Amino acid sequence: MVEHTKRINKITVYILLIGFSILFAFPFLWMVGTSLTPGELVLDRNRPFIPMQPAWSNYNEALTVLPFATFLKNTLIISIMCVIGQTVSASLVAFAFARLKFPGRDALFVMVLATMMLPGQVTMIPTFIMFTIPGWIDSLKPLIVPAFFGGGAFFIFLLRQFFLTIPTELEDAARIDGCGSFGIYRHVILPLSKPALTAVALFSFMGHWNDFLGPLIYTQSEENKTLALGLSAFKGLHGTEYHLMMAASVAVLLPVIILFFFSQKYFVEGVVTSGVKG
Amino acid sequence: MSTNPAPDLVIADAVVNAPGPRRRQRTQTLEAMLFLSPWIIGFILFTAGPIIASLVLSFMKWDVISPAKWVGLANYKQLFNDPLLLKALANTVYYAALSIPLHIIVALGLALLLNQKVKAMPIFRTIFYLPSLTSGVATFLLWGNIFEPQAGLLNRFLRNFMENPPGWLMDPAWSKVALVIMGTWAVGSTMLIFLAGLQGIPGQLYEAASIDGARPWSQFRNVTLPMLSPTIFFNVIIATIGCLQVFAQAFVLTRGGPSNSTMFYVYYLFNRAFVYFDMGYASAMAWLLFAIVLVLTVIQMRMAKRWVHYG
Repeated sequence: MVEHTKRINKITVYILLIGFSILFAFPFLWMVGTSLTPGELVLDRNRPFIPMQPAWSNYNEALTVLPFATFLKNTLIISIMCVIGQTVSASLVAFAFARLKFPGRDALFVMVLATMMLPGQVTMIPTFIMFTIPGWIDSLKPLIVPAFFGGGAFFIFLLRQFFLTIPTELEDAARIDGCGSFGIYRHVILPLSKPALTAVALFSFMGHWNDFLGPLIYTQSEENKTLALGLSAFKGLHGTEYHLMMAASVAVLLPVIILFFFSQKYFVEGVVTSGVKG
Repeated sequence: MSTNPAPDLVIADAVVNAPGPRRRQRTQTLEAMLFLSPWIIGFILFTAGPIIASLVLSFMKWDVISPAKWVGLANYKQLFNDPLLLKALANTVYYAALSIPLHIIVALGLALLLNQKVKAMPIFRTIFYLPSLTSGVATFLLWGNIFEPQAGLLNRFLRNFMENPPGWLMDPAWSKVALVIMGTWAVGSTMLIFLAGLQGIPGQLYEAASIDGARPWSQFRNVTLPMLSPTIFFNVIIATIGCLQVFAQAFVLTRGGPSNSTMFYVYYLFNRAFVYFDMGYASAMAWLLFAIVLVLTVIQMRMAKRWVHYG
């Protein structure tokens, strides 16, 4: 009887998973379909979802119109540096808020959150002017350096929430063994927070990989531009070349999808469980 | 700790309230400052300047080109005599009130589904995350197609069930709802955070609960929800801050229309700043929103004492 219910449950889960998958894959499949449609058919309302004769040449064309190698290099530099900077510095700051006691902590934490509450539209121009002072405009520095200073309120808050849920017994035991605060951060908190740290690293990577506004504001010369900026160039080149824009979009998206797929193994259950016995 | 600590911090205090009072406390404060130093230095170097600049600008008139002029409280007084601002605020509150609960419930439901132990899960998780990856300008175009009143996908489907489906983005009564649906589509990040939270719930708790004969629903109520409450708290706060600053959809898809029905607060602020070049007024608007969001967040943090459980 129990086996029977289990099987029914499993089938329900699969039906739901597959149903939602069809729904959620739709925009991406539409992008792929459009990217394979010959240019003259793109605006035709009645064109097939996936064309009969896929125009693979769209990809060739899309990836040769612009200096994609340079754009790819810049995007990789920014994304990887920001992942390192944000994950390391946000976890340090979050550790202090979650695990250490100091006067003014609550007020300071509200201040961290408050940095998310002022709409960016009014700080954009002052920020730009500020980065002209060290002469950082038209370089990758304004896009990379700030990541190493705290990693942003979103990630600090996220990691703080996860660090707070880790049982205190482990920390107490480590302190008795003579572990200092940094040791606890390094050997107790970090190893037990892999799913949260993975989420932070993924969000950071994707955020910077797709970031459009930042590079648009701070880079000017071709040699400093990024993939996201390259995509928008298809709008300007010859009217809007949707099929080429979609081909380039899919090409830019693929590495992120693959990365996401392979990051799953860090999302394993029982990370905390393994630490606490009985 | 003589004054009231923010409620959800209390438990963390208990964690570190170890013996050896004075001296230990001083060491820990010093250590904390070291851990916090990246944020503090970054705040002073990169964040504080522009924030102060926008505060100063809110007391000035500045068209970005000619020099700024001090006008005192004039911008703030104008805020309370601006019917469009009131409308934009009402639109934003309407959007947030629909969007936040929907966003949280959908994301949590999907995360629970993705937390099941079945084969090929990495593939399903990747597909479920796809809408968040493809949520850029490219798919706004697709949404335009889906919501198109006559030939759009959604209404072609709905006509099977009703005579006159809504006009969605063309209809002031439905435009905000359409944008809520569109926003809910991309719940991937919230879903992923819930999933990370679910992974952290020790399996023994469920084993213990099922030995005690707890049915799935009561396991969800008594194990999953309390254990997940820190994550729920995070997602609610972030969704509140994000929804009240809703901007991109209105900017790309509706331009605030039809008849200002999607004129959201930050979109109006953006127009004031970069269409009418009234940076002073836009800054005053930003600080009003800041005050509203800050008050809401502090209230939520106080309420969290009653329902968020740590460790």
